[in-house]
Parts: sequence; structure tokens; C-alpha cells
Amino acid sequence: MNSLLDIQHLKKQFASHLAVDDISFSLGKGSIFGLLGPNGAGKTTLIRMITGIFYPDAGNILFNGKAYNPEKDPSNIGYMPEERGLYKKMKVGEQILYLAQLKGLSKKEAFDKSRYWFEKLEMTEWWHKKVEDLSKGMSQKLQFVATIMHEPDLIILDEPFSGLDPLNAEIIKQEIFELAKKGASIIFSTHRMEQVEEICDHIVLINQGKKILDGSVSEIKQQFKKNTFLIEALPDNALFPSEQFQVLNQKSNRWEIRCQPDMKTNDLLQYFMNQGKQIHAFRELLPSLNEIFIQLVDKQKEKSN
Amino acid sequence: MNKIRIIFIREYTTRVRNKTFLLSTFLFPLIFILFFVGSAYLSANSISKSKVAIKDETGLYVNKLKSKETVEIEYPENVSLSNYRSIGYDALLIIYGNENKADSVRLFSEKQTGLAVDEAINSQLTRIDEDRILQQKGVSTVMLDSIRKATEGSPINYRSYKQSGTELKEDNKSLSYGIAFGSGLLIYITLFVYGAAVMRGVMEEKMNRIAEVIVSSVKPFQLMMGKITGIAAVGLTQLLLWILLITILSTGASFFLGAENLAEPGVMSGGINAMNQQNELAMKMLSIKANMMQANWALIIGCFLFYFLGGYLFYASLFAAIGSVVNEDPQEAQSLMLPVTMPIIFAFIIMTSAIENPTGPMAVWGSMIPFTSPIVMMARIPSGIPETVAYWEIGLSMLLLIGGFLFTTWMSGRIYRTGILMYGKKPSWKTMMKWVVGGR
Repeated sequence: MNSLLDIQHLKKQFASHLAVDDISFSLGKGSIFGLLGPNGAGKTTLIRMITGIFYPDAGNILFNGKAYNPEKDPSNIGYMPEERGLYKKMKVGEQILYLAQLKGLSKKEAFDKSRYWFEKLEMTEWWHKKVEDLSKGMSQKLQFVATIMHEPDLIILDEPFSGLDPLNAEIIKQEIFELAKKGASIIFSTHRMEQVEEICDHIVLINQGKKILDGSVSEIKQQFKKNTFLIEALPDNALFPSEQFQVLNQKSNRWEIRCQPDMKTNDLLQYFMNQGKQIHAFRELLPSLNEIFIQLVDKQKEKSN
Repeated sequence: MNKIRIIFIREYTTRVRNKTFLLSTFLFPLIFILFFVGSAYLSANSISKSKVAIKDETGLYVNKLKSKETVEIEYPENVSLSNYRSIGYDALLIIYGNENKADSVRLFSEKQTGLAVDEAINSQLTRIDEDRILQQKGVSTVMLDSIRKATEGSPINYRSYKQSGTELKEDNKSLSYGIAFGSGLLIYITLFVYGAAVMRGVMEEKMNRIAEVIVSSVKPFQLMMGKITGIAAVGLTQLLLWILLITILSTGASFFLGAENLAEPGVMSGGINAMNQQNELAMKMLSIKANMMQANWALIIGCFLFYFLGGYLFYASLFAAIGSVVNEDPQEAQSLMLPVTMPIIFAFIIMTSAIENPTGPMAVWGSMIPFTSPIVMMARIPSGIPETVAYWEIGLSMLLLIGGFLFTTWMSGRIYRTGILMYGKKPSWKTMMKWVVGGR
């Protein structure tokens, strides 16, 4: 897979602190990439360097294999910041045409494309409304259209679902998948881990300006798994303890069990059967990204203290 | 460049369609003309006489005070403070003193009498005193009368002329005062109005967080320049419309008044008074128009537009820089604006003295320094180029202003591009200077 964006040893120093400290990663074409990190980790600074708002103090950004060109490349990027911004007094149609023209579309192209998207997302009757008359969810949708309308190769979405009802969130999610299928790469910045697990195929976790995790979602989960299993069995009387595993939690007929690394899952099941239990379900418990996130951030906090 | 154009167009169209803009653009000339016609009308009709009763305790002034255009003077008997109104007088003048000398003179009235009344009475009192003293010193009444006649009948014909080369032009001081004050004031007001518009625009973009969306497609400097030039075009549009509308309306008004006046030449005796007043009004308008024609309007309007634009560009970027560093709190904007508004107010103060004395050192320096030159130079120009303001002075002042706005734009651009994305604490002046001097 060709990479669209290569970030190499990026650094950005602000007056008092190092906002981004030697971060590298690359982003494949058509991939959906989760950029995670606690508040103040340096995500926004990193994104602003990618969108050409800030210049990095050191390091390189390669866009399509070439050094980032602040003149041309921004028109190939769509950026939706976390704090939404639209001119309140402007009409929806004029606003979308204006933003599209700033991205380099001609007035005609802007008009045609906005028509297409407005119809697709059922926003046509908003065209003559003022932005201040839109609900939060509506202006969110509008902002999403403004971000992707010029069909950029790179789309950066900062918390794209905040403020959306489940129905509209689903619509936007499907659009994101579709855009990725068509070849756009998407950077998805959020705190909502369940969304990341659902949408992203690759994540980078940064904290205090440093990259602390990088990989595909399934790899990372494998990497952080702790041999924990869930077993449902009857009868639900207590289990005779064993040295090979530890019962983390038992709720009626559900056991959460952590095995020693050398124990095989079949042996675990065998042990249950030998105790005279009828097994109804069995599966491995992988850590959620949320747990990994908290674990790593806490660990780093301890280190720095 | 193309992106600045797109931003420019948005700024211009959204602002020009704004109701406040349309209202102020079309109402101002109307109010101006109404004021103008109204004041001409009033000055033609305001010869309302005040009836003044005189109570002379000294006896020195009896029957010597005469009625004038603005006052009707009578010497009724037994008039007093308590009854002058009931016997039909507007005011009572009491001259206190003895038969040798008046100690004090007091004018009592219910409604305020005009300055013209005071002037008419005061000058006569002085004259009567002079006459009496001259007579006491031995000047005969005959001689006195002949002296008075000689000076009253043919007052000294006093006029001032402006000399340019071999040509002599009548110097119309009140006209150039008027133009100087008017254009200086207009620039002063527009600097504030449009400067504040730039600042509010920038603040809006920052507060709405739209700045971040936009600077990911255009450079902050382009965004700032698009906004500044867009609002400049709005200002120019408004000024040009004002000039146009005022010219049309004033031509229309004077034509209307003049025509109406000519249309009724045969008004019967009862209407004569009214006709005279009409005539007088038309004459007044005509004389004002004739007066106005003496000014070199092409030059003045040209310079005005230059200094309006130059001054605006000089200050607008500073206002943009302020807007970019302010956060939610409008209080912050107030304190940051002070260093920018102070020179403008200062310029206005210099202007008032520059009108009186257009070649004084304050005026000359003030018209050179770009902080004050847009206002001060406009106060000097109407008194004459090149007689009062030499060509080199104008040239230098314009060059300095252009250099000045290039500098402020450069400096503000550097503050703006950092400030527009900074949230949280308001930066100190020191931090802002670092943004200016610091690297990329």
C-alpha cells in the first residue's frame, strides 16, 4: 500500500513546552487512521502542521511522496476542526460555495458539487437558510460537506460525531467509509474509543507530544491481550482453584479467567469439564482500546512524575 | 492573489447588502441636504425681532438706542421687572447708575435672547458712551455727526486675497475652514468606523473558529488582506455614493427652490413678504453654491480619497492585529485598542489647530507623520496647494503614509497569523513583539 502522508521526526516547540516531540508515522492511501491522545497531547498541533497552518521546527512532512508544499497541498486536504466554524450570518449555500472556492474549486464546480452533496445528505432545503438558524447537528453536517466537497486525498476529522444524533452519525459514518473506499485517506481524531474500534484500521496514540503507540487496531489488541477469557457454564457453584489460572471475576454462571501464559485454552476448557460443568460459551477477552489508552497514559504519567 | 479576491468578494458583498450599510449610505446625504437647506431656510427666515423695553436710570441713553434688524427698542414709562412682559415686551434692559455714568447694564428676559440682540445693544451703548465723552471733551455735535456719517455710510471694504504667481484669488477663509474641518472629521469618523469593522470581523472569525477552517486553505495574511481590502472597498463605495448623492440632491434642491421662486413673479401685495423670503432663500443657496465653486474640488476629493484610503490601510491592519489577539472578552479589546485610538484622537486635536494655522510646526509635523497625517493633512490642503502646502510636503506625506501602511501591514500580519489561532490568555505586548520579530 502506497502511503499518502509520511510524517518524519516532526517537532514543534512553543514558548514554554514541546508540543510535538519527534513524531513519525505514515498513512496509507484509503486507510482510516485514528489519531488518539488525551487533551493537550499535541494532536491539534500535529494536525495544524499537516494542514499547513503551522510550520514544523524540525522534521519532514511528505505528501504523496514529495515534500509538503504549503501553496498547493492544502487544496488537497479537507480539515474539520473540533471547534466548528461557520459564518453565522451567511446563508448556507453562499457559505458552502465560498469555502469550496477557497479550496480552489471554480464557482461552477463548487455549485455542482454542493448540489450533489446536498441532495445526497438531504440538505437541499437548507440552501437559503442562514447558518445561525441551523441546529447544532445540521451545522455539523454542513461542516462535513464543506470539508469533503473538493474531494481531497486527505481528510482530517476532529471529533466528527460530537453533537450528532445516532441517525446522522450513522449517515456520516457511512460516508466516511465510502470516501475511504474511493481512495481518500482519513485521519480521525477523537476521544471516543468505541468509535475508533469501529471505524479505524490503524491508530497512533500520542501523549505529551510523544508517540506511544502505533499499529493496526487488531495488532494492538493482540499485543495488549492478557490471556483473559470468558466462560459461561453451569452449574454456577464455585470452581476448585488452580495454579494455572486465576479467576478474576465470577457473576453467577460467567467466569472471567486469566490464564498463565503457558496454559492452552483447551486445557482450560478441559479443566472446566473435569469439574463437571456444562460449557455454554467461551471467548477470549481482548482489551478495549479504552483500557489500553488509559493504561498507557497512566503509565506515562507515573513515569514523568 | 486569487484567494484574496475570493475573500475580498465575500467581505464586500455581505457588507454592501447589509441593511445598516444601505440605510447609512442613503440616509446620510438626505440628512446632510436637509440640514443644509434647513439652515439656509432658517437664516433667511430668522429675522424675528425681539421687543426690548429700556429703563434708563441714568437718563444718559434716553432715545439714543435705536431699533435694529434684530431688536425693536422702546422706552415705555413705568416699566419694571414685574410688568414688562404683561405690557408686551420680550425683554427689559435696565441701565443702573447716576447722571454722570452708567455702572452696570442688565438685560432681563424670560426666553433667551439671541447673540444678535446682545451685539446690537452692546455696540450701541459703546457708541453712545464714546459720543458723550467726545462731546464732553469739546467735540461739537455737528462734527460728531459728520464723523459718524463718514464711517457708517461707507464702511471700509475689507477683503483678503490669495496670491498664486501673478494671479489673485479671493480668499474664502470660511469655505476652506469648512472643507478642512469637514474632511478631517469625516476621515476621523471613517477611521474609527471601518477600523472597528475590521476588528469586529477578525474577532468574529476567531470566536466562530472559522479562522481555523479558512487558514487551512489560505494563508492568514491572505485572509487578513482580503478582509481589509474588502472593507476598504465598502468604505470607498459609501464615500463615492455620498459624494454623488449629495451633488445630485443639492443641485436638485437649489434648482427646485430657484424655479419655484421664478414661477411666481406676480404675487400680489399680500404675498410680497413671502416672495421676498423665497427670494432670499434662493439667493442664499446661490451664494453658498457660488462660494462652494471657488474650491478646487477635484484636488480636494482626490486628496481626500487618497488620505482616507491611506489612513484606513495604515490603521486597519493594526485593528486586525488587535482583533486577532482578543478572546471572548470585549473588555480586552478596549484596553488593547487604546494605543491605536489615541493617535487618531490626537490627530483630531492637531487638526483643529491646523485649520487655524496651517503652516505652524504642529500642523506641518502632524501632516507628515503617518499616524496623524491622514487627518491633519486634510485640514491643511483646503487652504491651498501649493501656496500653503508645498508640493514636496504633499509628496513626502503621501510617501510616508504608503511606507507606514506597508510597515503596519507587515507587522500586523505577523501578530495576526499567530493570534488568530491562539486561545486562552491574552498575550502581553512583549509576547506580541516576539511574534513580530520572531522567526517563521
